[in-house]
Amino acid sequence: MMASEGGEDHRLPRIASAIRVIPDFPKPGIMFQDITTLLLDPKAFRDTIDMFVERYRDQEITIIAGVEARGFIFGPPIALAIGAKFVPMRKPKKLPGEVISEEYSLEYGTDRMEMHVGAVQPGDRALVIDDLIATGGTLSAAIRLLERVGAEVVECACVIELPELKGRERLGGTPLFVLVKAA
Amino acid sequence: MAVCEDKEQDPRIRRIASSIRVVPDFPKKGIMFQDITTLLLDPKAFKDTADLFVERYTGKGISVVAGVEARGFIFGPPIALAIGAKFIPLRKPRKLPGEVISENYVLEYGTDCLQMHVGAVQPGERALVVDDLIATGGTLCAAISLLERAGAEVVECACVIELPELKGREKLNGKPLYILMESH
Repeated sequence: MMASEGGEDHRLPRIASAIRVIPDFPKPGIMFQDITTLLLDPKAFRDTIDMFVERYRDQEITIIAGVEARGFIFGPPIALAIGAKFVPMRKPKKLPGEVISEEYSLEYGTDRMEMHVGAVQPGDRALVIDDLIATGGTLSAAIRLLERVGAEVVECACVIELPELKGRERLGGTPLFVLVKAA
Repeated sequence: MAVCEDKEQDPRIRRIASSIRVVPDFPKKGIMFQDITTLLLDPKAFKDTADLFVERYTGKGISVVAGVEARGFIFGPPIALAIGAKFIPLRKPRKLPGEVISENYVLEYGTDCLQMHVGAVQPGERALVVDDLIATGGTLCAAISLLERAGAEVVECACVIELPELKGREKLNGKPLYILMESH
């Protein structure tokens, strides 16, 4: 696990070392970046949230969109700290009421992501939050949903990036901020 | 939405209750679904919700907040962060990597399963279980079992909403339940 853009920040080594790598999950050959161990370290979890809050608190962000399910862990604390709305981006048929949906590619096949109609207004300034960016498929679906309703997606924010999968290039020009990069 | 008697005095509860949207016939006909996503769209109501739980649990020696997937992931972490506790996600099968323990529970039709990481909780730790809503209590009962099997003491279950007619409160192995509001 390499440290990242926050480079000199003294909090990053503890955050990075709190993340556990699980080999061959969910299938052989994948080195899974497990953030649950970060959540077991209250200081590391607090520092993670603080680093995002410090970056965004003066950016007039009105929406934090968190991708199910691990985006639900990191997004709400940021939203609460900066006074933004939290909007859950969910798998199909989880959100009650009227939704819009966006299809995205998986390694084999496709999936859909849904957002509530009316959650976001034109002109809202939004962040998309997830624990990790791999291929960028999920995040780019989230960006498209927000843009379809007229929001401005200011940035995507993740704890971890897997740079070799080049997800950063698939975000349609939306900037990406991450705390740690993993090979 | 009925506000609980002893919380009538807290002015924050009314705003929280009115921010929750009821969606009829979801996920199937006859169910009046309590939708907390509209609460999350009201930053003051969401902050007040978190604050009410934090005020109750600060200084009680709670070292673990266990949140039930997925809406427990929204309400649990802010509480954990504020009181300096660990957050432990309790998940549907095959989501958690590494070694897990599992607890089956009964649904209206069939069964489901909740999992927790081995080693997340140590014997003797004092834990809360958090979810957005308690209905039949099946999920919370499974959550309590997982934590107790790992040797934790479950101090209380905390939910935003209770559906009292479904009597979930009676399924919690004697554990106390704290809620902000009831829905009938």
